[in-house]
Amino acid sequence: MINFAYARATDVADAVRRIAADPKAKFIAGGTNLIDLMKEDVERPTRLIDITRLPLKAVEETRDGGVRIGALVPNSDLAYHPLVAQRYPLLTSAILAGASQQLRNMASTGGNLLQRTRCCYFYDVTTPCNKRQPGSGCSAINGLNRMHAILGASEACIATHPSDMGVALAALEAKVHVAGPSGERAIAFADFHRLPGDMPERDTNLAHDEIVTAVELPPQGFAANYTYLKIRDRLSYAFALVSIAAALELEGGTIKEARLALGGVAHKPWRDKAAEAALRGEAANRAAFTRAADVLLREARGYAHNSFKIEFARRGIVRALTQAAQGTPQSQSDKKIR
Amino acid sequence: MAKTSTASGDSIAVPEKMPVTLTVNGVERKLTLAPWTTLLDALRDRLDLTGTKKGCDHGQCGACTVLVNGRRINSCLALAVMQDGAKVTTIEGLATDDTLHALQQAFIDHDAFQCGYCTPGQICSAAGLIAEGKAKTADEIRELMSGNVCRCGAYPNILAAIQQAMGRS
Repeated sequence: MINFAYARATDVADAVRRIAADPKAKFIAGGTNLIDLMKEDVERPTRLIDITRLPLKAVEETRDGGVRIGALVPNSDLAYHPLVAQRYPLLTSAILAGASQQLRNMASTGGNLLQRTRCCYFYDVTTPCNKRQPGSGCSAINGLNRMHAILGASEACIATHPSDMGVALAALEAKVHVAGPSGERAIAFADFHRLPGDMPERDTNLAHDEIVTAVELPPQGFAANYTYLKIRDRLSYAFALVSIAAALELEGGTIKEARLALGGVAHKPWRDKAAEAALRGEAANRAAFTRAADVLLREARGYAHNSFKIEFARRGIVRALTQAAQGTPQSQSDKKIR
Repeated sequence: MAKTSTASGDSIAVPEKMPVTLTVNGVERKLTLAPWTTLLDALRDRLDLTGTKKGCDHGQCGACTVLVNGRRINSCLALAVMQDGAKVTTIEGLATDDTLHALQQAFIDHDAFQCGYCTPGQICSAAGLIAEGKAKTADEIRELMSGNVCRCGAYPNILAAIQQAMGRS
């Protein structure tokens, strides 16, 4: 690993001061992705600012009936927190579908959102990669792209965002609270991550001198009708080929409100409001689910090794919406897809 | 930062080493470490606790699993300086005097290994799993042990060993 200086931030203002003073510094919390990338020479910060002692570890109810999650709450604590497990089981399920318990014990809420793609070319410093080295080219477009994006990609980058938690947060319409030199602001989850465009080196709209302080969930948790269906090459501890967060509010057999977000298919957790609108007011049946899948995948484009993901996602969406409508969410332990 | 001179006489900045105190297996250990030293390397190379294994060194295999303040983590992805003040339990700290930990005995009883390289991580991970109390069924144990890979494929016996230890703890 490269050599670097290390400092501990004492409070949020101190953390912001320290990061603003050094364009090559990075925050470290769980470190599960950053340390790995530093060992691979992909990330080369000259200074790490340890934020793990900041008071951002609470999970609390907000005045409007939602929940505010401190940026440093470990993934495992968040998944099992009673407020989350009871009111936002979609989030619990998505978290438990990702990584391993050791990693979830280390990894933070804020860090999960800021993890980088697992594109094999991004990790391989001997190959061109526009995300790692802007302007060098994309090795994946004509390379091994089985894991790569089918939605929202660009000629510069077809990488996917690896988070499971983020897919649930997109579906639940979370907000990301951040602090910077000029104060605090809240970013809608849909606006937090970016599509690659011609600047794939930028994963998010967070500025270098800003820190994530919390993630806020609105009151509606869809606890009765939801699922997180993750399909991958092995049954556990693998990144998604395609994952689907589906949540419905039903009135009789009719869909009053719908949420649909996918992982493993784009540069960001992919929520599609048009697909949700196609479900609203419809009877909760296979025909409606198939139409919504067609809407979501209307601009999908495959590459040499990942075209299978389009039909895969279509079937996964129908299956996930069926699970959600039936109130039979995907088990994250026995893995049988019913 | 400290200054040092290169062969050409240039002065460059070198990050300082830092004092780190860890309570490892109940014993307080004071170290002076470079910030880029992982907890795994500190345990193995500085404290001679080589029971904790370096497998992939990237958080993918679980061989480096230890308990930090009672929670299982991958020590290869943890910086030792960030653990300052923590209580660390490694495979060397599980037995009491001459009595094996219930998991160690169960792994022997069930022949839950072949080469043994992943075993310290498997046992520390299982100790964490039992403390968490979330796994009840065989499926849940398998899922919550999925961060520990066994190249020899001893999984059925590892599962049986953990089930035996859970019955006793």
